[in-house]
Amino acid sequence: MKPFTTLVGTVVPLNLANVDTDQIIPKQFLKSIRRTGFGDNLFDAWRFLDEGDFHKTPNERELNHEFVLNHARYNGAAILLAGENFGCGSSREHAVWALEEYGIRCVIAPSFADIFFNNCFKNGVLPIVLDNVSIRKLFEEVEQREGYSLTVDLPAQQILKPDGVTLAFDIGAHAKHALINGLDDITLTLEDAAAIRAFEAAHRANHPWYFPQ
Amino acid sequence: MPPVAAQTLYDKIWNMHLVTERVDGTGLLYIDRHLLHEVTSPQAFEGLKLAGRTPWRVDSNLATPDHNVPTVPEERVLGIAGIEDEVARIQVQTLDDNCAEFGIQQFDIRDQRQGIVHVVGPEQGATLPGMTIVCGDSHTSTHGAFAALAQGIGTSEVEHVLATQCLVQRKAANMRIVADGVLAEGVFAKDLVLTIIGQTGTAGGAGFTFEYVGEAVRVLSMEGRMTLCNMSIEAGARAGLVAVDETTLNYLKNLPFSPQGDDWEAAAEAWRGLVSDPNAVFDAEMRLDAAAVEPQVTWGTTPGLVTGISGEVPDPDSFADEATRETARRALAYMGLEPGTAMVDVPIDRAFIGSCTNARIEDLRVAAAVVRGRQVASTVTQALVVPGSGLVKAQAEAEGLAQTFVDAGFEWRAAGCSMCLAMNADRLEAGERCASTSNRNFEGRQGHGGRTHLVSPAMAAAAAIAGHFVDVRELL
Ligand code: SF4
Repeated sequence: MKPFTTLVGTVVPLNLANVDTDQIIPKQFLKSIRRTGFGDNLFDAWRFLDEGDFHKTPNERELNHEFVLNHARYNGAAILLAGENFGCGSSREHAVWALEEYGIRCVIAPSFADIFFNNCFKNGVLPIVLDNVSIRKLFEEVEQREGYSLTVDLPAQQILKPDGVTLAFDIGAHAKHALINGLDDITLTLEDAAAIRAFEAAHRANHPWYFPQ
Repeated sequence: MPPVAAQTLYDKIWNMHLVTERVDGTGLLYIDRHLLHEVTSPQAFEGLKLAGRTPWRVDSNLATPDHNVPTVPEERVLGIAGIEDEVARIQVQTLDDNCAEFGIQQFDIRDQRQGIVHVVGPEQGATLPGMTIVCGDSHTSTHGAFAALAQGIGTSEVEHVLATQCLVQRKAANMRIVADGVLAEGVFAKDLVLTIIGQTGTAGGAGFTFEYVGEAVRVLSMEGRMTLCNMSIEAGARAGLVAVDETTLNYLKNLPFSPQGDDWEAAAEAWRGLVSDPNAVFDAEMRLDAAAVEPQVTWGTTPGLVTGISGEVPDPDSFADEATRETARRALAYMGLEPGTAMVDVPIDRAFIGSCTNARIEDLRVAAAVVRGRQVASTVTQALVVPGSGLVKAQAEAEGLAQTFVDAGFEWRAAGCSMCLAMNADRLEAGERCASTSNRNFEGRQGHGGRTHLVSPAMAAAAAIAGHFVDVRELL
């Protein structure tokens, strides 16, 4: 996993609530058995007017110029500013893979769906929850100023705005440590292998019916 | 011994599986059952292999392909070779290969026990009370009907569970949903859960584990309870629970994976304690009168945008805040609906009876009772019935339900997810409108540009017959 420390990036605003993972990466792209190759199809049904499939490259597609990701001023954005309950619906981690491959390393929203939120941390993408007032202000500022960018400082747990204002954010100590160091969760959990084994033995003795004979 | 504080059902299952708690408050939760399917597992197996790891406990895993499998009987008899789409074929083959390599039990595409993973687990007794269950699929919440803590996870977590038998998680808060009274004739668990989501909204359950209680829940069958728990995720809750009672135990007794003989007696005794303590404290509560619920139809592009069949398409301007108004405007534009249109005046192009929400035998019985002796409307281009598993299919054929559907003009298919998410050939064309028993009406869910209205199996059957939405109670 790519470590995440400090990110300086352009912000793209997607001012919609309940953006579901079916929109972030539509079902036809879930047939792949790989972890890569999803970036071109991020928000496929919104970014393009024609229906996408595996065999079409972006150059052959009909762009939807109305959709915010296609506005030239947001080219190369690394931070997505979103509405409430971002990433709801399907558990598909492909949604995070698509965002990451497209270049989004940080999503800022008033709230996230639980499974999506967890999936972000496994892929070096930082989901940040901010209060509604700060989010509304960010949307206004992004719209007003072309090239609006933020500095996301994970070790300090704060966002630095162009006007010098800083916004603090929360993150679990474990998730923060793993992100900063690019650590994979499995290695960390296996440090507790002995505890898992001991738990398992007792659990089997108390609840043998959960363990096929 | 010091007195133990009153616990909710969720607290009990959580504590029963907590291996260790970390300083930041996350817990390492032991997982009893891991269900796998073809879409969210390939990258997990690949990661496992690249790291030179093997599954921690092979016999906790159970796999079946469901999302991608063709449902046309002529294609299905060919097994994997019958999957026309090469990318999909490789994915199903990859599940086969991974299961063979690691010795994981799989009900493969030719096995009669194959089906939608959330239908298969319970019908095999692979879902047991008090278990922790995970699957790389958000509708794993279904299994909570058995008082199992069942949650959807991402692919990295699938790999994590394979490698460590554990999930790293922060404990959720408890929310109790009390459904007083009893559902009226012609009103089902689907209508109840759509009503609940209509009130909580799609995010109202975020951060909570639901427990469904009350008279209406107590009298529900296991199939109905599964429908209820299945859609907890559509309210934002990762898991929903129903406490153990005799209905639970009667369902599980003598199933292939259930404990047998003396083991059964001991297990059943332990499981009877899987209820919330009488004075347990919940962080939130929602109460509704189930007797007042009418058949529901969604009109928008999230499950929370729903109304009773006697209602009409709302006027976006009638909502209190601008964000909701904007959401409603977008939804109506996508759905091609005009404010003020009575729901019974909305015509449909297709009907789909299937999915992990509503493709169990009871669902098919209810739908068949509605269509018996009637015909699908000539304006409806396709009416599909896709049983949830090969065993449900066989049972429905033995009971004559399949013939009833075919006689009425429905297509009778083989088991799989099918038009619930349209990964295979079963799908809507742009602009087509569908009465669907599935769980998501998101844009494009059933096909690019397709318009989905979520309803109960009885309501989908009734709409197929009438050619438009109709109160199924008029047909009973
Ligand atoms: S039936 Fe639909 S919701 Fe259920 S597992 Fe399959 S695709 Fe997911």
